Amino acid sequence: MNTLKTQHSTPNAPVDYLLHLADNALILGQRNAEWCGHGPILEEDIALSNNSLDLIGQARMLYQHAAELQGGGATEDKLAYFRDVPDFRNYTLCELPHTPLMSATAQGDRDFAMTMARNFLYSSLMVLVWDQLQNSKDAQLAAIAAKSLKEVRYHLRHSRDWLVRLGDGTDESHAKAQAALDQLIPYTQEFWARSPHEAAAKANGTGIDMAALQNDWNQIVDEALQEATLKRPADGGFVPTGKQGLHSEHLGFVLAEMQSLARTHPQATW
Amino acid sequence: MSALISKPNASDVARAWVLLDALTDPEIPVVTLRELGILRDVRAGDAGLEVVITPTYSGCPAMGQIEDDVKALLKAHGLQGRVVTQLAPAWTTDWMSEAAKDKLRAYGIAAPHACASSGTGAASVVQFAARGAKPEVVHCPQCGSANTTETSHFGSTACKALYRCLACMEPFDYFKPY
Repeated sequence: MNTLKTQHSTPNAPVDYLLHLADNALILGQRNAEWCGHGPILEEDIALSNNSLDLIGQARMLYQHAAELQGGGATEDKLAYFRDVPDFRNYTLCELPHTPLMSATAQGDRDFAMTMARNFLYSSLMVLVWDQLQNSKDAQLAAIAAKSLKEVRYHLRHSRDWLVRLGDGTDESHAKAQAALDQLIPYTQEFWARSPHEAAAKANGTGIDMAALQNDWNQIVDEALQEATLKRPADGGFVPTGKQGLHSEHLGFVLAEMQSLARTHPQATW
Repeated sequence: MSALISKPNASDVARAWVLLDALTDPEIPVVTLRELGILRDVRAGDAGLEVVITPTYSGCPAMGQIEDDVKALLKAHGLQGRVVTQLAPAWTTDWMSEAAKDKLRAYGIAAPHACASSGTGAASVVQFAARGAKPEVVHCPQCGSANTTETSHFGSTACKALYRCLACMEPFDYFKPY
């Protein structure tokens, strides 16, 4: 696909920053695609596949842009399929399994509450991030942000709706939703942690000040939790470091499944 | 590609417009790509025609098909050209003509409402009402009733949600505002 060339008179976003945004979308898209064919009801099977399609589409646009800036034969497929765990820049939150947290080799049933709580926490952040990035000095990134915002708004609506239903539902659904939040909220501390590529992007006007979004994010989350009759667990403890390439044990398993086909047939085209 | 690629003239561009004007969406074959706002421009490039399209949803699988359809149509009529994908301004259902919306309804798909105004900041990026608030009314494309309910946020394609009419009991697709 031919993409209009970026205006190079404007600054470009640092490649690592684009990869951070792309990897978030790809890894969460891959995780949500695990529900394809296994959704609790048909409508949610379709919903999660649609959600994945949007996220992987966003990742493709970002990888295409990153590959063009990186040069040297980089392509969207090489970036997605031929990098290893330490090269990925996604939040640790995005790579966690849908099961209640346990060792990566353990087997457990996917928990819909975990899926919806994570989609809610991530979408609540990304509506704010994409909204701000519409003003990025990197024209291509700004264009991707404007499209992605439309999609992530809908993801937020969907996941928020479910969080409220589960939280303000039966005793069992409430307990599962609360347990999911208790496990996932600590991972959101990474949103506000500093990283070199985010600082570089902010410095050249292509990125944003993440810390400045924290109040708005808290407001979106707290309002939804109140409606859902759920309690927000306290922050604290370990601050994850996925966006700096230091991941949980789970990412390797995600990549193994996602990348195996491309690595088995590295010359394949379609 | 042959070695005889030359800059197309105005009549090539006009011919291409006529041809492409009739090209329909692969998933909703009653509306054309131009009516949907996907076909943005046809212009003369240095090495053949440039057909500018803009993607709908980021991951819409129809985009590849649309690009192939455009190329095949040009080739079948002896025109040389390429497809250029342009992201900005971002596609919106607000670009859809009234005529296109009528065609959608006649086909059984409820046409999209106007998009909510866009702005910046937390208040404007979160565009949904709290539970209990009155949702937007989507009229049934079969019987016109306003007594409808959303069955599923997502439907058979990325651009649609699933609804049900409580008057005539028919299920139907709603083209989501984007």
